[in-house]
Amino acid sequence: MPTVYVNDKPVDIGTQRLNCVQAAELAGVMVPHYCYHPALTVVASCRMCLVEVGELKDGKVTMQPKVLPGCQTPVKDGSVIVTGDYVKKDKSVPALAYDPAYKPGVRAKGAQADTLEGLLLNHPLDCPVCDKAGECKLQDYSYEFGRSESRMVDSKNQPPNKPGISSKITLFTDRCIMCTRCVRFTREISGTAELTVTNRGHHSEIDVFPGHPLENKLAGNVVDLCPVGALGSKDFLYTQRVWYMKDVDGVCSLCSTGCSIHVDVNKDRVYRLRARENPDAQGYFMCDDGRYGYHFASAADRIARPQVKAGDAVKNAAWHEVLPTLKADIEAAAKKDAKGVVAVLSPFLTVEEAFLFATYFKGLSKDVRLVLGPVPVIGQDDKYPKDVKGNAVEPTKFTIRAEKCPNRRGVEAVLKQFQGSVIPFADVAAKAGSLAALVFVGGYPNKEAVEAAVGSGWTAPALLVVQDLFPTALTAAAKYVLPATASFEKDGTFVNHAGLAQTFPRATLPPKEARSELQIAFDLLGRRGLVQAAAIRKEVAKAIAAFAHLAEEKAPKAGKRLELQTI
Amino acid sequence: MPIAEQDVKWVQEPKLGLFGQLYLPLVMDGLTTTISHMFQKKVTEQYPEQEPKLPANYRGVHRLNRDHDGHVKCVACYMCATACPAHCIDIVAAPAPVGWTDREKYPETFVIDELRCIYCGMCEEACPVDAIELTTLYDLTGLSREQMIFDKEKLLSVFDMTTKAGTDPVRTQAGKLGPASEAPPQK
Ligand code: SF4
Ligand code: SF4
Ligand code: SF4
Ligand code: SF4
Ligand code: FES
Repeated sequence: MPTVYVNDKPVDIGTQRLNCVQAAELAGVMVPHYCYHPALTVVASCRMCLVEVGELKDGKVTMQPKVLPGCQTPVKDGSVIVTGDYVKKDKSVPALAYDPAYKPGVRAKGAQADTLEGLLLNHPLDCPVCDKAGECKLQDYSYEFGRSESRMVDSKNQPPNKPGISSKITLFTDRCIMCTRCVRFTREISGTAELTVTNRGHHSEIDVFPGHPLENKLAGNVVDLCPVGALGSKDFLYTQRVWYMKDVDGVCSLCSTGCSIHVDVNKDRVYRLRARENPDAQGYFMCDDGRYGYHFASAADRIARPQVKAGDAVKNAAWHEVLPTLKADIEAAAKKDAKGVVAVLSPFLTVEEAFLFATYFKGLSKDVRLVLGPVPVIGQDDKYPKDVKGNAVEPTKFTIRAEKCPNRRGVEAVLKQFQGSVIPFADVAAKAGSLAALVFVGGYPNKEAVEAAVGSGWTAPALLVVQDLFPTALTAAAKYVLPATASFEKDGTFVNHAGLAQTFPRATLPPKEARSELQIAFDLLGRRGLVQAAAIRKEVAKAIAAFAHLAEEKAPKAGKRLELQTI
Repeated sequence: MPIAEQDVKWVQEPKLGLFGQLYLPLVMDGLTTTISHMFQKKVTEQYPEQEPKLPANYRGVHRLNRDHDGHVKCVACYMCATACPAHCIDIVAAPAPVGWTDREKYPETFVIDELRCIYCGMCEEACPVDAIELTTLYDLTGLSREQMIFDKEKLLSVFDMTTKAGTDPVRTQAGKLGPASEAPPQK
């Protein structure tokens, strides 16, 4: 078994090819680093990860005379890594047979403090007005490994800020520590290579090429990547201090890639989205459509309370008035003409919601048809990296999918379970006028998708119930209009394009009177008790074989890949 | 830690003798104290006719200091709001208006609920640019709750008032803005 010793602790690295930072992480030791990022090439330029490296052979340890950058130093069987934190090591692990003159960890610790002193020479230290404060690696490492005072007597180098590098991103040039993560990202992941380093030595600066601002669909990731507050998102700039926000593990709902995200909320408002590392879903990044696409949830024209059409006027109504009449109307229609009742379940619903709605409608009569809501598809899958001409280059490192909804496959799986086949919306949209009742459960963040699917020559059925986020042609014709919730406002499960099921918790409360779809389905079913997605998930797991492994009490954060193609 | 037996001192109430039990000696004792005070220096203050002189570190109403250009000194870092145990400071930050050359962030609104405040002075201590200070203004009154919620303008007016009256000189150590608001060069 290939074994590496990190601060004397043996870890088995198996067949993996690791560097010292990764091997130390396996052993539970954090090696501070700035420029190293698992998704980018290694440049070993920041020197934060300096460690002492040696080799254990025949029971004897030989250490190299210099500290080495851990991110660039591969480990093999018998490698010995000593980090600056050696004194904090697990005392129960016996020390290796070092040379008696060798003091483990002293050089690495000194190197860390010196590196930080160097990084802070020209750093403005304006943490109070820096948006990164609180999650800044320079702050964290300075606190942990640095010295408390600067010995610099000369005035600091203060290059001017560059708010013009992008429409969405600003550069506080003086805060940059030249890790070049951002430059490598645009070269290796987006391939668009807008960013570069200009000048040399202490005068190095990040900049864009004249006339080529940082505008690509993945650009927002450089803000996440920047370990300090040099690159700032204009969308988030100065709106919140990070320590006020709660970080909720979410799933992006704007395309079928289903990126794992951090949803940062405070007082029931989403302030920013960041990519959450998930090798099973999308990797380390997310696209700008999703990143800045959360504003729909707080848009002013959102439907926030139920409305009922009385004559020609549309009136706001209370839930306790709407629900009984709504239920009676649907059930009357189903009794009269079950074949004419259609329930449209949108691909924005969670699996749990779709399951409960399907249970309700199929419970009315077997003949009620369940239809998959319009699936918005815009253009082609957008693959990165790209070359200078904008053509995708293999191997693909990130894909923004053309299918702009999070859960088509999950809803399809539910529909197949309940009626064996999936009826597309187009099949019923044309003949909608002849239907007895159409219940449209939507939740579309972009109303164009709904309007396009409905088309112009559309006639409303006898009873039209529409639940959606925004007023559309459908809601205008509906007798009952119910508010829908955004993905931040509910918990549930989305199944992405590849069959990866990810559960996520609720991040914010729905606005005003809006209720979650799960709650509405509960009310329609006449169920009692607390509405809990986790409980419904167990039911889904029991009822639908493909979802069987969703039943676990604590779903893994990375999600679970489902064998959906088998049904 | 429980109290140890040797730390406890038991005291017995002294027994009064016949003399002590008589009424008159104690009356005389009391009168002596009263009469002696008539000839001592007066300590009673005639408030409100006579206002007290308070030490400079008295913790009264807040003020927001102005810088040399008359702008609010605050850089909207939320340190005070974070330190405040009563959660009574509410700030909305924004990029500084064009023309404010000495900083990039400023408070668009800055509100302190003076009723909720416990006048602990943590906000003053937390401020990296000495922008918020507690003054010696203590006679704070208002006719409604709303009047006691001080916004930026009101807090700045407290600054103008107290500096003009000379009761509260600016206590900023450096006399200028702190490092947090050093001039960001513009391109
Ligand atoms: S980048 Fe970090 S250390 Fe530098 S000012 Fe911002 S928070 Fe402070
Ligand atoms: S801007 Fe940020 S990510 Fe880019 S080189 Fe500077 S510190 Fe690194
Ligand atoms: S004095 Fe104390 S309670 Fe009052 S605002 Fe300042 S920190 Fe808050
Ligand atoms: S601590 Fe000072 S600079 Fe920061 S927000 Fe409060 S008053 Fe403004
Ligand atoms: S992380 Fe190793 S040198 Fe930067």
